[in-house]
Amino acid sequence: MTTDLEIERIFREEHGRVVASLIRRFGDIDVAEDAAAEALLAAVERWSVDGVPPNPGGWLTTTAVRKGIDKIRRESHRDAKYQQALMIADDTPHAPTGPVEDDRLRLIFTCCHPALAPEARVALTLRLLGGLTVPEIASAFLVSETTMGQRITRAKKKIAAANIPYRVPSAEDLPGRLTGVLAVLYLVFNEGYLATSGPDPMRVDLTAEAIRLGRLLRSLLPTEPEVAGLLALMLLTDARRAARFADGVLVPLTEQDRATWDPAEIDEGLALVRECLAVNRPGSYQIQAAVNAVHTSARTAADTDWSQIAALYGQLLAITPSPVVALNRAVALSELDGPAVGLAEVDRLDLPTYHLWHSTRAELLRRLDRPDAARAAYDAALALTDNAAERAYLTRRRDEL
Amino acid sequence: MTQYMFSVHHEVGEEMPSGDDVQRMFTQVDAFNQKVTDAGIWVFAGGLEPIETTTTVDATGSEPIITDGPFTEAKEWIGGFWVLEAPDLDAALKLAIEASAACEGRVEVRPFQSE
Repeated sequence: MTTDLEIERIFREEHGRVVASLIRRFGDIDVAEDAAAEALLAAVERWSVDGVPPNPGGWLTTTAVRKGIDKIRRESHRDAKYQQALMIADDTPHAPTGPVEDDRLRLIFTCCHPALAPEARVALTLRLLGGLTVPEIASAFLVSETTMGQRITRAKKKIAAANIPYRVPSAEDLPGRLTGVLAVLYLVFNEGYLATSGPDPMRVDLTAEAIRLGRLLRSLLPTEPEVAGLLALMLLTDARRAARFADGVLVPLTEQDRATWDPAEIDEGLALVRECLAVNRPGSYQIQAAVNAVHTSARTAADTDWSQIAALYGQLLAITPSPVVALNRAVALSELDGPAVGLAEVDRLDLPTYHLWHSTRAELLRRLDRPDAARAAYDAALALTDNAAERAYLTRRRDEL
Repeated sequence: MTQYMFSVHHEVGEEMPSGDDVQRMFTQVDAFNQKVTDAGIWVFAGGLEPIETTTTVDATGSEPIITDGPFTEAKEWIGGFWVLEAPDLDAALKLAIEASAACEGRVEVRPFQSE
């Protein structure tokens, strides 16, 4: 006996693989999704009686192909979309042992194509590769199901009409296009790690999904150091998850209970960082992962090697000159050279709409014994964030003054 | 192959090039046109007279109405366009990069309906 819940879990796990190979087979995302959905219904019926087959992904793909072809035969007379799909299906022999891995890689690059709006890239990636439902994605990004449904439909329509290719970019275009894919995964992760608004300060479903997709991308592109770097960054960040909140209040890194950090994720992340160092083709995700490696390697907050962190942010600043990176470097400098040096650095940056700029100023002003200025800075930070746990923390710090 | 329209957009009030600038752009656009013709992907192309030369015709009512000027007070106008064939959007975007550099203007890429 297999429960529906178990079948759904398997389906979601296999969704990217199944849909990716169906899109190549049928040349149409909608046809592929419909066929995959029918295969799920068949699976619920069969597996709940017979149990899960040894290769559930293969079973789902084979069943979906059969369902898809049936449907194409039924509908090809009146629907141009299905007629076209049939034509493609006819000259592409189905190869169940074919390059299925490549299909998922193709799908990632199509979903994250620069001609699609950024929010559509995220939604399509979660829908097609992650197997999340439209209501799940809508609730993750706090928009209505109708809005999210339209966003996804519009993106799929553009892929078909504008002929966005279903292909891994050429070696020449790969670095640029990969940057776009990594940005989508990191955006999903960050939205999960610190939700911009809503009742939950953290969305574990999104962080877990981003890490799962990161692992997939890493298995598909094992020699790209930035892919390893992003996965390491997400793992080392996620490892601290259990320590980040106490009774709905954010706990800053320096005050976290390090015993509750996840040792398995830390080990996996550190191994990836070491691998990146050996390859020696640094990039922005790798450097950020290295910063997190320094943090997670310190037994206590006081043991943190701030000079190493300041040096890493300096390196990051050289390749991505952004005031946010400069802000992080200023925090490291304030640990090394004192709050006055840190504040001077922070005040040189133009980040008036970034809540962490204000909260960083607030902490430094507190250490410099300027409570009135610190209070105003906490207020400015509070006005710019909707995350409940972050708000609770900032309020507590302000009221302690 | 998909046909795409590559339209060159200008903003109202934008200063128009003159003299040597125009000559340079003509030379660049000629070279691009030659290249896409040689590649066998050229369908049609042309530059348009200024927006002031537009006449709008509306025959949706009982009597056709003919008015001077564009239909709306557009902030943008199309200075010219190409229709070219490309295997997919990636190839079309590469052409658009070249086209935009040649005509020194922003280029919009839009697919034609397949049938």
